[in-house]
Amino acid sequence: MVEKRFVYMDHAATTFTKPEVVEAMLPFLEEHFGNPSSLYSIGREGKEAVETAREQLAKALGANPEEIYFTSGGTESDNWAIKGTAFSRRRNGKHIITTPIEHHAVLYPCEYLETQGFDVTYLPVDRYGLVDPAEVEAALREDTILISVMYANNEIGTIEPISEIGEIAREHEIPFHTDAVQVIGKLPLDMKTQDKNVDMLSLSAHKFYGPKGIGALYLREGTEIDNYMHGGGQERKKRAGTENVAGIVGLGKAIELAAANVDNHNENMRKMRDRLLAGLLEIPSCRLNGHPEKRLPDNLNLSFEYIEGESLLLMLDGMGICCSTGSACSSGSLDPSHVLRAIELPPEIAQGTLRLTLGDQNSEEDIDYVLEVLPEIVEKLRAISPFYKPENICEK
Amino acid sequence: MYNKKVMDHFMNPRNVGEIEDADGIGEAGNPHGDHMKVFLKIRDDRVEDVKFKTFGCAAAIASSSMATEMIKGKTLKEAWDLTNEAVAEALEGLPPGKLECSVVSREAIHRAINEYRKKQGLEALPEQA
Repeated sequence: MVEKRFVYMDHAATTFTKPEVVEAMLPFLEEHFGNPSSLYSIGREGKEAVETAREQLAKALGANPEEIYFTSGGTESDNWAIKGTAFSRRRNGKHIITTPIEHHAVLYPCEYLETQGFDVTYLPVDRYGLVDPAEVEAALREDTILISVMYANNEIGTIEPISEIGEIAREHEIPFHTDAVQVIGKLPLDMKTQDKNVDMLSLSAHKFYGPKGIGALYLREGTEIDNYMHGGGQERKKRAGTENVAGIVGLGKAIELAAANVDNHNENMRKMRDRLLAGLLEIPSCRLNGHPEKRLPDNLNLSFEYIEGESLLLMLDGMGICCSTGSACSSGSLDPSHVLRAIELPPEIAQGTLRLTLGDQNSEEDIDYVLEVLPEIVEKLRAISPFYKPENICEK
Repeated sequence: MYNKKVMDHFMNPRNVGEIEDADGIGEAGNPHGDHMKVFLKIRDDRVEDVKFKTFGCAAAIASSSMATEMIKGKTLKEAWDLTNEAVAEALEGLPPGKLECSVVSREAIHRAINEYRKKQGLEALPEQA
């Protein structure tokens, strides 16, 4: 038996906060505690720090600082983009186009809007979770007021054809929102070139080694949107509430670090991820979910037949490995995750789904360890399973 | 979210396996996808031996383990009367929403006992919810 070690492979859920980020934040929790709206020195210091972070984020996105609005995170950014656009443009129509594999921070605002008289089209996705841009075009109506398609899926890692969908949206003059929470620091973005047809983009700092509770919404200049938070005049009167200065500073530092290292990071992640994938696919009756190539470099989503995901997750936890599952039982619902259902993974296979997402603290030794431990646990759980018969195993 | 007792029975489940010449075999599943198959060896109206196989979450596996421990050596009447609550209590509690996952053990045991009764030419006992 190998020596037990702690291996964190759930970076799509959250990342640790980098020490440089914490260091940058601390002065704004301690001596520079002033309210950025105050005129005296410690207030002004806070204000300057917020604007510096805005510039750091704008630079990383190829955006103008005036197009950046800080929020409490991805969920708020998504809610603001969806509901703010819908209510602002309700005189133009009531139709919204999205996908069934969005994060709940997009899906549930859409469901809420359906109760408020809006119509929502959930585009079909293929077995990899890919949206066909032709389907976006086909779904357009006279009264379509918003298109929202995620940049990359948080569960299965599939990267959507954002440029193509953006072109269609622009051509028909329909605002286009994308939830980019999973792609920051992994895919290079540029709001002036490749992403020029994206009008709204959500992001969250704790997915790229920043702190929790801080995110941003990119709003292209001229984008029509209602306020979501009403109150003080912060964020150029678009998002009320005293700025989370330390969080904003942390986000700025984190995006600066991520943007400077994106290519190197991706290469490392892809290399480790591909080795892990190749090793795990040696396990009989194991399959990869999501697109084999058009996927985030750090994401693996695998289904192991004849076993249940929560059991697998807990046994891995017992060996120090942290990851996620899309099984029904883990969520307390009767069905596996909405993403696995949308790609029509049979429920009995979806039950045994595991998501491993790599990050900066992972090493080749971690990959060795998971390759040693995971197959043993799969075997142990299959030995308990009434469905498992060795002769059922389909060899690849 | 699971207590130590549940985790112990999940990580080291008792009575896992199959009995080749079982006197009664029963299977049960629930809408979550949990599924248990139980094998009974019966002598003199008692559960002489019991084995199980379960597909499911930690609650389902731990409950299967505990339920089989609780009926081993007991009379068929006692085994029949084992409740989900008693299993959950012996496990020192299950998280909210997880009691459902433990229900399969009782159903599977009932079906195994009824299968045995049928083989003996006895009437099947009514399974109640």
